[in-house]
Amino acid sequence: MKNDIDIDITIPSHTRHLRMISMLGEKVAQEIDCPEDIRETLPCQLAVVLTEGLVNAIKHASSNDPDNDIHVRINVSNKNLVVKIYDNGIGFDLESVPTPCFTSGGMEEKGRGIFILRSLMDTVKYTRSDGGNVLEMRKKLA
Amino acid sequence: MDIKTELTDGVTVLFVREDRLDANNSEELKVELHRLFESGTKDLIIDLKDVHFIDSSGLGVLVSGYKNASIKHGTLKLSNLQFQVKSLFELTRLHRVFDIFMTVDDALQSYK
Repeated sequence: MKNDIDIDITIPSHTRHLRMISMLGEKVAQEIDCPEDIRETLPCQLAVVLTEGLVNAIKHASSNDPDNDIHVRINVSNKNLVVKIYDNGIGFDLESVPTPCFTSGGMEEKGRGIFILRSLMDTVKYTRSDGGNVLEMRKKLA
Repeated sequence: MDIKTELTDGVTVLFVREDRLDANNSEELKVELHRLFESGTKDLIIDLKDVHFIDSSGLGVLVSGYKNASIKHGTLKLSNLQFQVKSLFELTRLHRVFDIFMTVDDALQSYK
């Protein structure tokens, strides 16, 4: 079966929309034709990835201002899942985000979001784009 | 946030009656946990039976509660972790930090 899904959605920068986008991701993942081992976990993973990516854009990039919009794009082909989250905030340096320190008991209250994204997706990039920023995450499906 | 608390044999059980614990509602749980420990609660079980989705914000609030309990020389234990919640605990290694039980009764039994 051919995977050819392209979803483009713009939402106000507010956490009340997390549920909607997360559930959308879950439903999209359920429709993807891919190997059984990926298929079983992908709905949960895409829901988490979209939530963490949006929270990042809302809280760290757009200063939680609901007048700012966040643009989400989900593209699925036979080989790849690509999620792009665009924000128009000041941005941040992804490479400077540390990995949580598990050896000290991992008791920091914050700092797990980017780690989760990096763990669930094959690549995670955050770059400047057209006056804003884009968080681009890719996962191989085949 | 829909929360219910019960006191059983000196142990407070807090039931989170939401299907998601994420950046949109986790701050409310943080405030409630802070209030409980400030008002003298020592031993607390958080039951997550209804929570089918958690994100890093939700995890952070549970860590915050765990640290609060430790400062007050109390305990915070968890019960009824659903599939996605358990997966994220394992991914972030937090399953090594918290005492996690299958049911509220199992968690209560651990205090006896």
